[in-house]
Amino acid sequence: MEIINKFSMNILSRSANEGFARATVAAFAAQLDPTLEEINDIKTAVSEAVTNCIVHAYRESIGKIYISGEITDTNIIKIKIRDNGCGIENVEKAMEPLYTTVGGERAGLGFAVMQSFMDSIRVRSHVGKGTTILLSKKIAPRYTVNG
Amino acid sequence: MSVDISVNGEVTTAYLNGEIDHHTAASIRNAIDNAAELNMPALLVLDFTRVSFMDSSGIGLVMGRYRNLSRRGGKLHITGTSPQIYKVMKLSGIEKLATIDECKK
Ligand SMILES: Nc1ncnc2c1ncn2[C@@H]1O[C@H](COP(=O)(O)OP(=O)(O)O)[C@@H](O)[C@H]1O
Ligand SMILES: [Mg+2]
Repeated sequence: MEIINKFSMNILSRSANEGFARATVAAFAAQLDPTLEEINDIKTAVSEAVTNCIVHAYRESIGKIYISGEITDTNIIKIKIRDNGCGIENVEKAMEPLYTTVGGERAGLGFAVMQSFMDSIRVRSHVGKGTTILLSKKIAPRYTVNG
Repeated sequence: MSVDISVNGEVTTAYLNGEIDHHTAASIRNAIDNAAELNMPALLVLDFTRVSFMDSSGIGLVMGRYRNLSRRGGKLHITGTSPQIYKVMKLSGIEKLATIDECKK
């Protein structure tokens, strides 16, 4: 398996960047010729991960969110979303559907969306240091007749 | 993002427009709640026909409106969802709390 393309960027944890981040990753993924459903799955998962950096990792402060992506010759897109925020004490618990640590109107479904819309998710987190989310999805090759 | 409200007797409809995420959810919530407090609808309809994207922040928004409504016996109906939005709605189990139309293709 070989990496055939990559990008990386960083953004400030401002909520206005949620739309920018998911649109950018979707534009990168477009070169794999995904279906509309596949592109929407990626957009939704990225939106969840980036929002978590803004809402949970940095809270009232503003920090940097590092986003990178890779495409392999096996038609897999891998996306990494990292923050240097507060970290997650109990990752297993945080990933349970409906679990949320903030009041207001969080649904507690961000991780559930990432899990069900992507093929795989890995979470690495250290309290006080930050969190890294690795998402990957295989895009089914589409063969067209007459190009 | 914008919200248009129409009132027809007991039914208040909120036509949502744009993308729904954590960034836009607060202003949408305020627009819907202001209309609901004013009109006290028996039925609140959230129309997603012109919503191009929604993540789980939208689920929080719908659940919050459901809680407010059900406190005074009001009902919630969801319509006009795209396949992307319908998929997020389904994952949340919201159809146990509100009625939802099958998504448009
Ligand atoms: N990047 C992060 N940094 C710190 N905590 C996080 C991060 N992402 C998620 N969490 C924790 O995991 C919980 C569950 O996240 P999620 O499933 O997205 O639900 P929600 O965002 O609605 O709370 C959050 O409430 C928060 O406590
Ligand atoms: Mg979340």
